[in-house]
Amino acid sequence: MKDMDKVLSLKDLKTFFFTREGVAKAVNGVTLSLDKKEILGVVGESGCGKSVTGLSILRLVPHPGKIVSGEIFLDGQDLLQLPLDRMRQIRGDQISMIFQEPMISLNPAFTIGDQLMEALRVHRRISKAEARDQAVEMLRMVEIPEPERRFKEYPHQLSGGMRQRVMIAEALLLRPKVMLADEPTTALDVTIQAQVLDILYKLTQEIGTAIILITHNLGLVAEWARRVVVMYTGKIVEEGRVEQIFENACHPYTRGLLRAVPLPGQSRGGQSQALYEIKGIVPSLLHLPAGCAFHPRCPEKKDICDREEPPQVTVEEEHSVSCWLYSQRHLATEGTEITEARRNKIINEENSGFPLSRE
Amino acid sequence: MFWNRLLRNRMGMVGLAVILVNVLMAVLAPWIATHDPLKVDVVRRSAPPSQEFWFGTDDFGRDIFSRVIYGSRISLEISVLSVLVATLLGVIIGASAGYYGGWIDNLLMRFMDAIMSFPAILLAIGIMAVRGGSIYNVVLALGFVYIPRFARIVRGSVLSLKEKEFVEAALAMGIGDVTIIFRHILPNCLAPLIIQGTISLAYAILAEAALSFLGLGAPPPAPSWGNILSDARNFMLDAPWMTVFPGIAITIAVLGYNLFGDALRDVLDPRLK
Repeated sequence: MKDMDKVLSLKDLKTFFFTREGVAKAVNGVTLSLDKKEILGVVGESGCGKSVTGLSILRLVPHPGKIVSGEIFLDGQDLLQLPLDRMRQIRGDQISMIFQEPMISLNPAFTIGDQLMEALRVHRRISKAEARDQAVEMLRMVEIPEPERRFKEYPHQLSGGMRQRVMIAEALLLRPKVMLADEPTTALDVTIQAQVLDILYKLTQEIGTAIILITHNLGLVAEWARRVVVMYTGKIVEEGRVEQIFENACHPYTRGLLRAVPLPGQSRGGQSQALYEIKGIVPSLLHLPAGCAFHPRCPEKKDICDREEPPQVTVEEEHSVSCWLYSQRHLATEGTEITEARRNKIINEENSGFPLSRE
Repeated sequence: MFWNRLLRNRMGMVGLAVILVNVLMAVLAPWIATHDPLKVDVVRRSAPPSQEFWFGTDDFGRDIFSRVIYGSRISLEISVLSVLVATLLGVIIGASAGYYGGWIDNLLMRFMDAIMSFPAILLAIGIMAVRGGSIYNVVLALGFVYIPRFARIVRGSVLSLKEKEFVEAALAMGIGDVTIIFRHILPNCLAPLIIQGTISLAYAILAEAALSFLGLGAPPPAPSWGNILSDARNFMLDAPWMTVFPGIAITIAVLGYNLFGDALRDVLDPRLK
């Protein structure tokens, strides 16, 4: 991938929370990049640092969190070096964000139109009439019926799906280069989810906005994203193209996540099968285990895993994993060799029959 | 929805009626009053209520009815202005403290605590004693002592509102702090402010009367309910009408504001349904 195509890239980003109990390393050395118009899925369990990564990009990490080090480049400009007022101009204009809860993400005291127009007029010098026209046009683009009427309504008069469309309209109003979507459809029911994502996808492709889709819903990622980043305790443990991750997951954590997705037909013949779960819980960010943070829960733990952090290994083009299982050094000491066959064997055993919803 | 529930609250409507009568009385005083409230009539001083002097006359022969009517002007003016001053400063202090937190919060709120640690009326007396009696000093003194209650209410609301997702969403849209405070946060804490404002009006009327009664309020001869009472206190046994009528006026007005304030609270605060 040429650097020219990259719209956003994070280099070794670290965001820590300085609590009274100690330092919680919510984002601990995240490096990732986003191409133009690309949809990048960021997945992981709750508390693995997905959302904090998103907030860090906007420099809106809540107290007592701080971005400790790293670089965030938007079109070659390091956002972490910008003065705060320049950063504010970038928020909403070049990078926008939509949140999990559309029911409470709109100000109950103002009409939909007021809120859209405010967003426009903060960033653009345009008249009220122009702002109105653009806002109504955007409501039409997110397929809200009767946009002129909805424009004058208050958030409580709209359904959840409608409100999330309004949020999308607001987030795309200024045609940003990047949109951060933090669990954008979790609060919506499944049919509305599909509609909302469909609109989101069409519009961002049209406008040319890249999306970072933060979610724990693997189905969503499989369907919409081009690449996936899997996070665990503030670190990226595996990343690759969607089909690489879903067909050829390498990290035991990724494989666990994939097995934990409930499938229709699992209880066929009246015999219900308990849903797979990754044993144990996500460790407290204050007391991370030594070595690989996943080792206490890992079914394939080796001796070295609780001593040293695993290196990042590239297993195929665009697909890399941070795990000792794939490290030449580790394998050499064990006397085994990494072969395509070995890896595929493990994967095929564990992921047999996982259907890809992407066509 | 809001208006329907308010209109169905009977006590609240009684309170609203009292407030309206009070306001009309103040605005239309020259047309309602039967005499010049300042005109001294030595011959008919301390006269009991009669056809000509409905509430009687005071020891200078001034018509008490007219003085009570005109007195409502000063009482209303002082209470409304002092509550406005307190609201304005309280909102600014409370919103800054709540929104920015940290040392700003600590500094401002400890200052508010310091004001609150004095009994309100004692502090007002102190301020009046230093600054001297005039209507505007009463407004400033009462406004000052009522700042903390507004600051506390606003700070509390802002603390919870600033964690709301719509504030986060506004931040993510690149909207500035001041706009967020005034457009996104404050309109959502109007309800507790309106309730506190109405109830504070009642307190302000009482406090103004108390200050005037002590000779520290609106300076004579201009009538305020407090200084009518103050003038009359020496004749309480011989000429009870001098104290009874302004006393009743104060009682009814305070009752009216309290009833309306309670009704607003019942209607605006969903938890008390």
